[in-house]
Amino acid sequence: MSAAATAVAVAHRREWAFVLAATVRVTRDLDLAEECVQDAYAQALTAWAANGVPAKPGAWLTTVARRRALDLVRREATLRRALPLLVEDEAAPPSAEHDRFPDDRLRLICTCCHPALAAEAQVALTLRLVCGLTTAEVARAFLVSEPTMAARITRAKKKIAAARIPYRVPHPDELPARIEGVLAVVHLLFTTGHTAPVGADLVRRDLVERALDLARMVRTLLPDDADVGALLALILLTDARRATRVGADGRLLLLSEQDRARWDRAAIEEGLALVRQALTRRPPGRYVLEAAIAAVHAEAPAWAATDWEEVVGLYDLLVQVWPSPVVALNRAVAVGLAHGPAAGLSALDALAAEPQLAGYAYLPAARADFLRRLGRADEARTAYEEAVLLTENDVERAFLADRLARLGG
Amino acid sequence: MAQYVVLIYEDEKSWFSGDPAEIEKGTQAHTEFAAAAAEKLRGGQALQPTGSATTIRKDGAGGFTVTDGPFVETKEALGGFYIVEAADLDEAIALAKTVPAPFGGVEVRPVQVYG
Repeated sequence: MSAAATAVAVAHRREWAFVLAATVRVTRDLDLAEECVQDAYAQALTAWAANGVPAKPGAWLTTVARRRALDLVRREATLRRALPLLVEDEAAPPSAEHDRFPDDRLRLICTCCHPALAAEAQVALTLRLVCGLTTAEVARAFLVSEPTMAARITRAKKKIAAARIPYRVPHPDELPARIEGVLAVVHLLFTTGHTAPVGADLVRRDLVERALDLARMVRTLLPDDADVGALLALILLTDARRATRVGADGRLLLLSEQDRARWDRAAIEEGLALVRQALTRRPPGRYVLEAAIAAVHAEAPAWAATDWEEVVGLYDLLVQVWPSPVVALNRAVAVGLAHGPAAGLSALDALAAEPQLAGYAYLPAARADFLRRLGRADEARTAYEEAVLLTENDVERAFLADRLARLGG
Repeated sequence: MAQYVVLIYEDEKSWFSGDPAEIEKGTQAHTEFAAAAAEKLRGGQALQPTGSATTIRKDGAGGFTVTDGPFVETKEALGGFYIVEAADLDEAIALAKTVPAPFGGVEVRPVQVYG
């Protein structure tokens, strides 16, 4: 790849949201803004090859995209009057616009993650508009056909225009709830990538990278928000183990089996610093506690040296702020590791009637492990068999089948 | 500015044969809402219960079938609406949150604009 082409690719990854968010301010139309930004990137390929890469690629691209947008808006002014335009905060003086450039990304991401849009549409729009993925790429990420994804994105854009979902940073009263929505989208993207729900690969690298990019972006926009810092920390600390989660033979490796020397130290250091900072806020929220749990693992030099009491204590707090059966399940597992398999099993059995855990493979898998360690092989076998039936990830299924085989007949 | 309709869906039984004190409270809440939101309100009505509804559909043979009852039977039925003016969906949602619906919830729909 030529130097200019590389620079354009890097700018696409780093600057897309910045350029698009600023261009939407001119067009007040998402589709038109996307076209102008795509044009600007196409022009950059030739211009940068001829004249060199500019010092500030994002500013260059923004200028070109906005100039093109102004041109089109003027030319089509009469036609566009009939179109529903994005609603903006008109009170803002135009002279202040330049200073607020960085904030435009917050407008864009808050529009994409608006609670009036379906969750799946929020994720799709975020990947399309904030990350700059093509519709085909977004479709691949969610294992649906391109026409299905195109229809989903079009429907969401239509609702934004028809219902007048505003293109603005939410009112301060609303901002915390809206940021929560943005973080939920980033978190969903990360967990989907970290353990792909279906398919042959355990990890969808592309999705994890995008989630990390987004978390960093939101962190830049809201540097003082403890939850934002905590989500970035959670992603960094969890993803730091990526090289060690699957063995050379493709087998799933548990936290206890992973080679901790190969964990990404730089990511861990960055994550730990963020967790420490986030923990100074009281009371700690969901992501802060999750990141703190990930930090306990990251700091343990070996599985046997894990501070399980600390992990249980953090889970006790987490179930209070986030009373989810899945969190209760993880807490039960930690109880078993802190106080022995019998204690873990009784904590797990307390969750047996939880309807949300019916069909959730991790419950029988965790039961099977404690039963095995208690020497109750027959019951362990039944539980492993149940877990194998319930998981749809090939790497996880192979792991469970291997455990089952080791129990013997 | 744009107009939205706030459609109120509630359990009819609670309104028409429930606890009189609760009904009185609900009625009072609507009076208070109408006063508080007067500047944004462009209209609204409460509807008689679905038992009073009549549904008319084309019969496919050039005529009509007229039947007793609402278009769709649901536990929470359309019982009234307000028309409100708002700058955008966020403002409309904020306003909708103040619409009393003690026995159900509300739906916000933008009004279609022509021309």
